[in-house]
Amino acid sequence: MDAARLQLDRHGNLKHFLTIEGLGRDLLLEILERSEGFLGVARQAVKKVPLCRGKIIANVFFETSTRTRTTFELAAKRLSADVLNLNIATSATAKGETLLDTLRNLEAMHVDMFVVRHADSGAAHFIAEHAAPHVSVINAGDGRHAHPTQGMLDMFTIKRHKGAIDGLVVAIVGDILHSRVARSQILALRTLGAAEVRIIAPRTLIPMQAADALGVRVFHDLGEGLREADVIILLRLQRERMDGGFLPSEHEYFKLFGLTEARLANASPGAIVMHPGPINRGVEMDSAVADGGRSVILEQVSNGLAVRMAVMSMCIGTQNLALSGAGSEGLPQPAGGEHV
Amino acid sequence: MSDGPISIRGGRLIDPANGVDDLVDLHIAGGRVAAVGAAPPAFDGARIIDATGLVVCPGLVDLCARLREPGLEHKATIAGETRAAAAGGITTLCCPPDTDPVIDTPAVAQLIRRTAKVRGRARVLPVGALTQDLAGTQISEMAALKQAGCPVVGHADRPIRNTRVQRRALEYAATFGLTAFLPPVDAYLTEGGLVHEGLISTRLGLPGIPEAAETVAVARDLALAEQTGARIHFRGLSTARATAMLAEARARGVAATADVSAHQLMLTEHALADFQANAHVLPPLRTERDRDGLRAALADGVISAVCSDHQPHEPDAKLDPFPQTRPGISGLETLLPLVLRLVEEGVLRLADALARVTCEPADIIGRPLGRLQPGATADVCIFDPQQRWRVGAETLLTRGHNTPFFGAELIGRVRWTLLGGAIVHGPEPAASA
Repeated sequence: MDAARLQLDRHGNLKHFLTIEGLGRDLLLEILERSEGFLGVARQAVKKVPLCRGKIIANVFFETSTRTRTTFELAAKRLSADVLNLNIATSATAKGETLLDTLRNLEAMHVDMFVVRHADSGAAHFIAEHAAPHVSVINAGDGRHAHPTQGMLDMFTIKRHKGAIDGLVVAIVGDILHSRVARSQILALRTLGAAEVRIIAPRTLIPMQAADALGVRVFHDLGEGLREADVIILLRLQRERMDGGFLPSEHEYFKLFGLTEARLANASPGAIVMHPGPINRGVEMDSAVADGGRSVILEQVSNGLAVRMAVMSMCIGTQNLALSGAGSEGLPQPAGGEHV
Repeated sequence: MSDGPISIRGGRLIDPANGVDDLVDLHIAGGRVAAVGAAPPAFDGARIIDATGLVVCPGLVDLCARLREPGLEHKATIAGETRAAAAGGITTLCCPPDTDPVIDTPAVAQLIRRTAKVRGRARVLPVGALTQDLAGTQISEMAALKQAGCPVVGHADRPIRNTRVQRRALEYAATFGLTAFLPPVDAYLTEGGLVHEGLISTRLGLPGIPEAAETVAVARDLALAEQTGARIHFRGLSTARATAMLAEARARGVAATADVSAHQLMLTEHALADFQANAHVLPPLRTERDRDGLRAALADGVISAVCSDHQPHEPDAKLDPFPQTRPGISGLETLLPLVLRLVEEGVLRLADALARVTCEPADIIGRPLGRLQPGATADVCIFDPQQRWRVGAETLLTRGHNTPFFGAELIGRVRWTLLGGAIVHGPEPAASA
């Protein structure tokens, strides 16, 4: 089933959030607008809104990740949902239960939404295809394929700094080959009208036919790739790339592709520096850059919460409101937008 | 196992090996072709099959079909899958040695042949393993395997990593005149890969198998064949570049042949979007350029056979996130319709297309099958070249419903299949074989 058809219901509303692919510009803008509204919730004395009250959201993590799981958990709680955290990596499948069996068991607990992280590309699609009709699925990272909420929180962060994505030159540096984050970022940037998306890495970390498949410009030289860039996104380098023969050493990687203050001078004067975290200081970038004035890395983390609230409420929240006829007290109002 | 005499009347007889393409009758007695054209004397009591409007051709010879027995009977059995083969017009099929246990001893080869003889509806020829347990280290007792009825030796889809072992295995096989079926796969470049390394692997974030995984292996094995004089056969090419390498080597007299799986002639990497487990095959579906190159090589005769590459699975084998699913397509009953589609699309003339699934694969395994001159074994396929049918649970006899063509409408349906003069598939319930 194609990505768009699977993710939208018959009214064109978001049902699952599996990948940026196939979602139109309007829908991505709607996510950003709603996120803007949820950003205010964090500053309220009562940090909760009732959009998902009475709903059960299960964080089903087949791959451990404390940070991502925590932000999803917090987002769900702020939407007033009940939250289940399942660390499947250490339980069910280890006992030989199939993924579908695990799924059916959770459905039997009347879970409304699965937030899924899995080491296999396509796992979130698979779960969405086989889930009961009332269940929504959010992809919290599947293999090398997609991590769409991360992609959208990065768009949100860029938009807050640059006003819009349209016309920007964005450089993504690092292990594109293995990165689900990069794939989602690239798709979102292109959908939202970035002037140019560049990827910068040695050939071993650039996927085959990247230019055609992803619609990007490929660079192997950091200085050249950063020229006039408005946004610089650094990707985390996994240690195992050294063992896999992709890179000789962290030392050489940093020498050639690590971001320093000096190299940052190549980029456009107002360029911002982003990283999905956690950072390897001295590998992807210097501490001076990570902690410097251009870095918006910690902001990405706070924005992640708002974006995840936005996506969750779009998938299962509106329906809830419509049914209960709940008032709009505490409901965030995005600037100039009506959205219920 | 032959029934009484049979006359197949009114059909268009296409026997590529003998250059026959004519509206002539075919007469069968004693399990063999008795006459082509006028009935021989004393043929009055013969059973008549009315083949008006139908094509009559030799029974198909499939160089690669997994029947899952012994060892994987939860997926399929010899009895069940040969019934599907008969429904697909296939009368002879070679089963690769990756059964459990592996076909590396005469006992396993004989077990398969005996089971097929007693319960099957097709001639099953086991491919002996080139190395013991397909481990790629110790060569197998190939002389004994040949004696036990293995027409060729091979290594299923598991490449022999060690080039020196490969060389010795080829030399030893050549000692007994055994052709070696080789997977065109470099083990190291394939390791960890799932799909063709290209547009779709990049888009879906699936680990890729590069084109070079095939061309490196083909280059290596062509060099070994040339040096040792061994006869090799590439089982299932998937790249255009490999066909060019093969054509070049053949022109220099290297004794190498190749086949292609039917799905490779129809589908490309785009069939995988989004994560279609039924399009998960090895070697992977590649680009349009590759598919067109394979078609051209088939038309030129560089590739001389089309296989079903039948791999039936239980439903659970495909019910998982893509990387966890088992590769393989269930293909016995779609082989002939897909070959007919090549004719419809102008790739091959009908007689040439049928040659690629009858006499030419028979020649590769060195058996006098796939032809219908008087005296030949009466393996016959009678099909309606116009009949449309939908691939589905109610039309397939195979246990495996894992096919990307599930739900598709195909043209060309087998009406009767005769194995050694006996009807093994027909409109009325077939006599139990």
